[in-house]
Amino acid sequence: MTHDDRGLKGLNNPDYPIPEELQSTIAVTSLDRIYNWTRAKSMWPLLFGLACCAIEMIATAASRYDLSRFGMEVMRASPRQADLLIVSGTVTKKMIVPIVRIYNQMPEPKYVLAMGACASGGGPFKEGYNVVSGIDTFIPVDVYVPGCPPTPQALMHGFLTLQKKIESQSLRTVPWYRSGESEAIPVPILGPDIIDPRQADLIRRHAEQAAASRDTTTPAPTEA
Amino acid sequence: MAEKPVAEQAGVAAPDPVAEILAALSEQYPDAVQADTRKGYSGIVVRPEKLVEVATALRDQLGYDYLSSATAVDYLGKGDHLEMVYHVYRIRQGGPALVFKALTPRVSATLPSLISVWPGADLQEREAYDLMGIRFEGHPNLKRILLWEGFNGHPLRKDWKEAYYEQDQKPFDSRWPGGKVHRAEENNPYGRNVSYPDDFTLEGYTPPDENSIYAGLGMGVSMQELASPGLETERLIVNLGPHHPSTHGVFRMIVTLNGETIESLEPVMGYLHRNHEKIGERNTFIQNMPFTDRLDYISSMSNNFGYAMAVEKLLALGARYQPPPYRAEVIRVLMAEFTRVVNHLWAIGFLLNDLGAFFTPALYAIGERELILDFFEATAGSRLMCNYMRFGGVFKDLPERIQGIPLLTNDRVRNEPTMDFLDSLINERLPRAVDELDRYLTKSEIMITRCEGVGVLPPEMAIAYSTAGPVLRASGVPYDIRRSDPYSIYPELDFDVAVRYNGDIYDRYLIRLDEIRQSIRILKQLLPRLRETEGQPIISGTKAYSPRVPEGEAYGRVENPKGELGFYVISDGGQNAWRYHVRAPSYINLTALSEMCKGHKIADVVAVLGSIDIVLGETDR
Repeated sequence: MTHDDRGLKGLNNPDYPIPEELQSTIAVTSLDRIYNWTRAKSMWPLLFGLACCAIEMIATAASRYDLSRFGMEVMRASPRQADLLIVSGTVTKKMIVPIVRIYNQMPEPKYVLAMGACASGGGPFKEGYNVVSGIDTFIPVDVYVPGCPPTPQALMHGFLTLQKKIESQSLRTVPWYRSGESEAIPVPILGPDIIDPRQADLIRRHAEQAAASRDTTTPAPTEA
Repeated sequence: MAEKPVAEQAGVAAPDPVAEILAALSEQYPDAVQADTRKGYSGIVVRPEKLVEVATALRDQLGYDYLSSATAVDYLGKGDHLEMVYHVYRIRQGGPALVFKALTPRVSATLPSLISVWPGADLQEREAYDLMGIRFEGHPNLKRILLWEGFNGHPLRKDWKEAYYEQDQKPFDSRWPGGKVHRAEENNPYGRNVSYPDDFTLEGYTPPDENSIYAGLGMGVSMQELASPGLETERLIVNLGPHHPSTHGVFRMIVTLNGETIESLEPVMGYLHRNHEKIGERNTFIQNMPFTDRLDYISSMSNNFGYAMAVEKLLALGARYQPPPYRAEVIRVLMAEFTRVVNHLWAIGFLLNDLGAFFTPALYAIGERELILDFFEATAGSRLMCNYMRFGGVFKDLPERIQGIPLLTNDRVRNEPTMDFLDSLINERLPRAVDELDRYLTKSEIMITRCEGVGVLPPEMAIAYSTAGPVLRASGVPYDIRRSDPYSIYPELDFDVAVRYNGDIYDRYLIRLDEIRQSIRILKQLLPRLRETEGQPIISGTKAYSPRVPEGEAYGRVENPKGELGFYVISDGGQNAWRYHVRAPSYINLTALSEMCKGHKIADVVAVLGSIDIVLGETDR
């Protein structure tokens, strides 16, 4: 990112020439651009740490890496005040329930950054019985940052990538200005294993199949 | 490792402590105790009916007042029983552990609870119930702790298979040696890491609601009474976490308040339960090393140390074992003490966070940490997850030069010889950073009013609740494994065991400053040793990826920054551990949390929790 991008000059539309002496006070731009510019430069992440990656997230916010250079240092503890959910660590089946609730509580526009191997796809603990294979199996993700854990530089690159994504959006197409309410993600249920309500039909079908095969293969259910 | 080869040990005619204890016990309980004679095992096997009596005798008559670890083992196919293994210590004399075991059949497994003898058994017995399915008679609050009520089965049993199960042990045939990769999701009918019991139907299932969770907490509070309209009461239940800025991760506490005063507190955990032990039993021995990094993710180096020591103890049972070379031990201690500094700086910074001084003290506290992380990165290749130690040494020597990260606006680019870097770090920068924290914080009025006399843990309670590390030592118990049950090269190093006597939050803060200073003292003594041993080997024997680990059990423990970190490893002579258990200090220190918080105000809870210094990767594993 060059310095110009960050100031008022970055907003200017080159099709409309502005006299040199007015360039720091006047900008001729589109609504989309100024809307995205303001949003991208003042993201408020949720103050929410999950596991090891959270330590690197804190290090990123600390003085050496200095996250505030990108307008992202205002971490809010309440999901109602946040517009970026950084999933910083392993998502367990027990934890996915509160995470989906938190995501649903965040006001739109909202973004999700999956930080590290665990949040992106399960990571080293994927084979375990209590780990979700990636947060994107439940909530939509905008940016994935690889690493275990990602270095602070990698996380910052993830933030900049997110800013680029925001700057490419348009008021006409973003989902949160369409008519009607946006649908909440159904909250998973803790059963004998985690149950995603969206998979209810699939689970039902498999249970029927299992029951049918039980009837044909083992006539006497007492035999273990 | 101070561990000597077996041949050498046999030459010394030291009295066998287990035989002595066994003799003393069998006089009183002739039928109830016998020696564990399996190959590679030690300790005493106690008949379940007499377990509580024998445990009481061990505590009261024989001085074993500290229950360090209690865990269960499933011997499916090797005797077909479940076994509860207890490691107890003498706090005052120090010395090695006494191991005793109790057996129970796998079907309807039941053992008496030892919570009446050592209250520190509380959370550990609940864990054994949750993961192994042993019921403990007499446990007042026996319910699942890491998983949720309603979870299908007890996952650490050997016949329990996870959703992505392929084989009992790695490397899996589907991937090795063919080198093929596939996504586990593709083999799972739901495309997720889930499996449901065969007879499971969604229609017949009602999930437990929050009300039943609260009502089931066993806190002596009736939810109906609280909800009934006519009752005049100021009691209420407050839920903190799992998403809460002051719980150091995803910890949850449910507090019953009377006004603002805490009547009872129940820790709820498992939100970061990553199945460390189940995965650890599938992995080969060496594959577990990077997983230990992620236990206490602030102190990965010393986690490595503990695991390496446990497996080296097992290796020492074999014939061809060589202990790590001297330089490897020096480097290990160097890393462990740096880790202690990092951890305590972090703990102090975030204790201040919990007191309400948001982030500014933490910025000061963790500034110097970055230098140590640079050193870790230059040596092991990673800032946080170092995966540095191996059985018999470390995998790489110190680098020649340390280079800083280029292109950081707030940083000076460094490029200097490692020893110069360590010299200035240990002799100048770290002492200055500690003095700075001391100057800013120790006499601060807010610090004193918030911390003095709050969350007091008396010494006898600290021992009974199996607390360890700074929490135990701040209560006036000078117990430090580096001195009480020495390992590595600690016997030749000159340092004091830091101890404070009031057992409140303030002392737990002060003792961390003391310990950083002692660590710096140790680090200073390591510098000449590093120079003397330059060029010497850093690992013993050959660099085997898959060492042959003899049959037997071993308990390796180190004084981690947060307390006693123990690894209980059982080998059946194969490629992977039969049982791999982590005695996590963060987890067991929480046993005392409820007692420490009772009678204080709700605002003090976060401060007390901050002073225990937990990390969830280790708590939930």
